[in-house]
Amino acid sequence: MVSKHTASSGLFEFLLQMGDNCLVLAHRNSQWCGHGPALEEDIAISNISLDLIGQTQLWLELAGEVEGAGRSADDLAYLRDAFDFRNLLLLERPNEDFGLTLMRQFLFDAWHLPMLKGLTQSSNKRIAEIAEKSVKEVTYHLERSTDLIIRLGDGSAESHRRMQSSLDELWSYTGEMLESDDLDPALISECVVPAGDKVAEAWRQHVTAALKLATLIKPESDFVRRGGKNGIHSEHLGFVLAEMQFLQRAYPGAVW
Amino acid sequence: MSSVNTSPDTDGVGAPVKRKPELPLWEIFIRGQHGMSHRHVGSLHAADAEMAMNNARDVYTRRNEGVSIWAVKSDQIVASSPSDKEPLFEPANSKVYRHPTFFDIPEEVGHM
Amino acid sequence: MYAQIVKTDGTGVKSREDMTPEESAFQQRIDADQKIEPKEWMPEGYRKNLIRQISQHAHSELVGQLPESNWITRAPTLERKAILLAKVQDEAGHGLYLYCAAETLGISRDEMFEQLHSGKAKYSSIFNYPTLTWADIGAVGWLVDGAAIMNQVPLQRTSYGPYARAMVRICKEESFHQRQGFDIMMKMASGSDAQKRMAQDAFDRFWYPSLMMFGPSDKDSVHSAQSMAWRIKINTNDELRQKFVDQTVPQAKYLGLTVPDENLIWNEEKGGHDFTEPDWDEFYAVLGGNGPCNKERLQARVTAWNEGEWFRDGLLANAAKKCTAGEVAA
Repeated sequence: MVSKHTASSGLFEFLLQMGDNCLVLAHRNSQWCGHGPALEEDIAISNISLDLIGQTQLWLELAGEVEGAGRSADDLAYLRDAFDFRNLLLLERPNEDFGLTLMRQFLFDAWHLPMLKGLTQSSNKRIAEIAEKSVKEVTYHLERSTDLIIRLGDGSAESHRRMQSSLDELWSYTGEMLESDDLDPALISECVVPAGDKVAEAWRQHVTAALKLATLIKPESDFVRRGGKNGIHSEHLGFVLAEMQFLQRAYPGAVW
Repeated sequence: MSSVNTSPDTDGVGAPVKRKPELPLWEIFIRGQHGMSHRHVGSLHAADAEMAMNNARDVYTRRNEGVSIWAVKSDQIVASSPSDKEPLFEPANSKVYRHPTFFDIPEEVGHM
Repeated sequence: MYAQIVKTDGTGVKSREDMTPEESAFQQRIDADQKIEPKEWMPEGYRKNLIRQISQHAHSELVGQLPESNWITRAPTLERKAILLAKVQDEAGHGLYLYCAAETLGISRDEMFEQLHSGKAKYSSIFNYPTLTWADIGAVGWLVDGAAIMNQVPLQRTSYGPYARAMVRICKEESFHQRQGFDIMMKMASGSDAQKRMAQDAFDRFWYPSLMMFGPSDKDSVHSAQSMAWRIKINTNDELRQKFVDQTVPQAKYLGLTVPDENLIWNEEKGGHDFTEPDWDEFYAVLGGNGPCNKERLQARVTAWNEGEWFRDGLLANAAKKCTAGEVAA
């Protein structure tokens, strides 16, 4: 679709990453609406999804502008196939149980916040503005997910067991977040996006401290599952998109 | 004030039903704007104070309703008893001189 | 959103002569439009009926999330997705407010959940109908929320303080719900042929179930009188149904949709429409568990509750640990 290593295509790819992360995680979280483990939690996780849908709109709208092919945020969300999605594999994991959902949220938030904080300093004013707005929302997301994984990690024997097994299951998906991209290096040298190692360092610090409080053991394996950022996804994303895009695909051109 | 008078079995038949402990109930008060008092907006369930605060934010300020939240455990609220209503509040009725309208100030004195 | 109360306790209204002095004083306060507050004396029947009514209302909000959340992941645009999610989230909030109002009457939320899960407590039968196309989401907002609002607005004046206050908050928040449904219908009804067909189909399927939401005809609803004397019910079922029909018919006309009732006609004399009654046999069948989705709806709630048990237990265990730690430190 896009040839790499040009300034605007690198930027486009980066914006897709940001937007697709929000979109796919919002999709997963929104599946809990009406099915949460407690009424208060049902409401809270929907708030997070709502924030993420809002952020999706901002990132993908900007991506469409940068691309310059006249595609709207909705076009990008609803009319791309899986290999054009740039979200992390972590975020397309099925919900399974609420513990896995919370652990995924926590691992992502811990990356999302420092990334957004870095982006508030972006030399690209539009990016800085979106990041500024998102930081406020994601600060709360991280606060909440950290609080919950600590409580449940250090809760009952059963909640501890579930949180530990969620962590073990998701651990190999975290590496992809922390690796530097093969995006245009100019994006970093021109201070459009923050250096990946700084974000990774902030992630490690936060996660290590929180897991300790949660009495959870950080898995030792350093095996990394990767592919999402390059459009090579798990089988799950296809089903996410089949569901999400159904109406737009079945009734092309209709106005909703 | 909706402090709760929980009876273990409201069906009123047989022995009280044994139930697992429930997440405790909290009363939520929100200051809607700067300079206003906190007002009782409702209740919710949460494991402890910190969670009550987070939940209150998600449940009761979805439409940007607040600048400050108080959470109080429902069973910690001390409420006047409805049967004490008369001794508590009736006596104030006879102290009409506490109200400014009790005094007639001549019009020519102006606003007071 | 909410619907009819089908069963209430009691055997008609007590006459003043039959009332105890306490009951008589209580009725006087209600007649004088005073609110009854928690812990104040109330007849046992009043308390029981209120618990039943408020908890049925709360259960309806919760189960009412399901037919709509069914379409959140399939909403056709990002904006529609956000709007629908916010709306369904509101329903959870409304359930929460109502459970809390019922809790002031001396029943715990978990106990009310048990009643729902065991099938002992009822919820509005409308939510046992499926949402089959995106237009159903429009129809639910427009018709089902429309009917619910009609029921709920007068309940802001209900005699029990916590219930009335919960209703004030709910009505304020729900004002956007019906509009978003109508907005979806406008887009569909002015859209492609396929969309128009979806819109009419949704209207056809939701019209009579919406009329059922107000409950059986007053002549068959023997327990209404006591509830009305207690002001936990403000209007009769037929009054509200008539009002709903008269309000909805012109809206359908605006959309270019046909009301699926050949006998619908304006009656100048009564200043309202004559219309075909819904099929009450169907109503009782759905209420009795034989609606298209009864099993799925209840199962979804039971599953959410059972699978959430470890989560709630974990939080309690953590709070208990902190409590003990605090005592040790002090």
